[in-house]
Formats: sequence, structure tokens, C-alpha cells
Amino acid sequence: MSNAELKVKVWRGAQEGEFVEYLVPRNPNQTVLDVVTYIQRKLDSTLSYRFACRVGMCGSCAMTVNGVARWTCRTHVSQIVEGDSLEIAPLNNLPVIKDLATDMREFFNKWKGAVGFFKGNQTRHDDFAKVEPDSKERQLANAGIECIGCGVCYASCEVVEARPNYLGPAALNRAWTLANDVRDTQQLERMRAVAGDAGCHACHTQGSCTERCPKAIEPTASIAGLKKLIAKAAVRGSKWGKL
Amino acid sequence: MSSVLQAKLWYAQRISAMVLGICVAIHLLIIFYAIRDGLSAQEILGRTQGNIGFAIFYEIFVIACFVHAPIGVANILQETFPKSGMVRPVSILLALLILVLGTVAVFGVFTGGA
Repeated sequence: MSNAELKVKVWRGAQEGEFVEYLVPRNPNQTVLDVVTYIQRKLDSTLSYRFACRVGMCGSCAMTVNGVARWTCRTHVSQIVEGDSLEIAPLNNLPVIKDLATDMREFFNKWKGAVGFFKGNQTRHDDFAKVEPDSKERQLANAGIECIGCGVCYASCEVVEARPNYLGPAALNRAWTLANDVRDTQQLERMRAVAGDAGCHACHTQGSCTERCPKAIEPTASIAGLKKLIAKAAVRGSKWGKL
Repeated sequence: MSSVLQAKLWYAQRISAMVLGICVAIHLLIIFYAIRDGLSAQEILGRTQGNIGFAIFYEIFVIACFVHAPIGVANILQETFPKSGMVRPVSILLALLILVLGTVAVFGVFTGGA
């Protein structure tokens, strides 16, 4: 441990605000969430931030740390500290409620907008649907299924920044997993919802979402899958019908 | 613009990009071959005048540009100046310019400007 203290700049305010510097003692294996918690408990109890599980399961503690969106609970200070400084800000591309807490409503509404929810045609009285684990659809769905909705990809996406109505990587990734769910009955509706310039066809394939996803999911690949599926459905039709 | 039309445009741009990739490669090879003994207008016209294969190849090149470039420019304009209202007129103008000027050029070297 070279320095005993960290200089931590933390965003205070809402959309308008400023960075305020705090001095936080360094500890071995300290995470960025530990730093924020220390500030809130010992230095300034008015600091607002969001967390729940502290172990990378819930996806609620994502913030912009030294300019990059990350889970603060799974980021050790030693991995990213620049000298003895840290800069902690709320996630980009989302309205700030206060300090480090953003309003996630638009992010989750876009999941709904992308028909990012399952609807089947079986009831509890039917037998279980049998989906072969090795089938192509199941494998494609598996690749994107572990998303926990932390918003890191959404905050890292420059297309979201340029086109506020763009659905974003998380919602489109979810749409792609459902497009590969053989039990789902809303395929045409979903394809219509995620087609075009507010949907998958606006993606620049820049890959920031894939680069930064803490779960190592590749939304860029999911979006590429959607682009091809939907463009073909628009021109030639699909097994669910024509768009 | 409907999202289905946007999806179709994306597909058209994708297909035209494939055509352009092949056309650019052939075009570059032709350039390397053509300039091996120096370059003059007479030499070029000597090869291209009355050569229907040449004219067809370059007209395909022009059509691929006509499809590809305006869609891309429209996307860039839409993201850079979302409220300007100039996306459609500028991209249509660009498409027409590429098609007309490109075809005139192909016609010119095919007939030798006669």
C-alpha cells in the first residue's frame, strides 16, 4: 500500500451539480463500493447511492468510476486507481435523481418497449416444454441470458447518447434471447418493436457494451443477430410471418 | 419512416456493401494493371471505348454507391442533426448526384465523349 489515503471526487447534485473531494483511508482489497459506503457512513451522511447485494448479483451499484461504467462492488480500488485519485459519478445516459443514484425507469421501460418479456401459450396443466440444451436456439439464448439489468452497457453506449429513443444494448439483448425462445408467442410483435432506427438497426457495432459488460455478455452479437433476423423477415418473411 | 422500411434500407446497405467490396477490389486491381506503363487519357479511353463489359462493371459500381452512400449519410445526419429536417432532402440529392454523375462518367468513357 503506497498511499495511506485516497482522494475521491464524488458527484454531488442532480443533473446540475459538482464534484466534491473526500479523503478516504486505503485498505487492502477495498472495493469502490467500500469507498462510497465509507464516505456516506463516516464523512457525509447526505450522500445518496444505490446498492443491495455487494457481491455482483443484483446489478444496482453500477456507477461511472474514472470515466468508465462499472459495478462498484466488484471493482477493487487497486485495479483502477490513478495515482491516489478516484472520480465517482452516476451512470451516463440516465437522468440523475441525486448524487450517484440515477432514474432507471427509462432503461427498464425500453425493455418493455422491446417486448422483452416472455409470453407462452401453455398452462400449468400442460407438460413441460422440452427444449434440447444443444439446440441452436437454446445455445443462442444461453449466450445472453445472464443479464441482470445493471445498466453498464446502456451507460456505455454512444448510440443511446446520440439517439435518446434508441432501445439500447440491454433491451435488445433481452429481445434476442426471447427471439430464440421456441416457446414464446410474440415473435412478430417483438421483431416490429426492435426493427429500425430506434431499435437494432441503429447499432454502430462499436462494441462498448460488450467491452464493459461485467457478465461478459456480448450485446453487440445479440444485436447483430436481431439485425439479420429482422432484415430478412422484412424482405423475405420469416417462419412467424412477414413483418 | 416506418421501422420495417428502415430494416429494409439496412439490408439494402448491407448487400450493396458486399457488392462494393468486390467492385473496389476489382477496381484497384485494374488500376495496378492499367498504370504499369504510365498513365494517359488516351491509354484509358483506348481500353474503355466500346468495351461493354467495362461499362457494365462500372455501372454496377455506380448503382452500388447510389444505394449504399445515401443510406449511410442519412444515418449520420440523423444522429448528428436530429432536428434539422435535412436528412431526407440531402440524402435524396446525394443519391441522384451519384447516379447521374456516375452514369454520365461511365457513358463518357464508354463512348469516348463523342
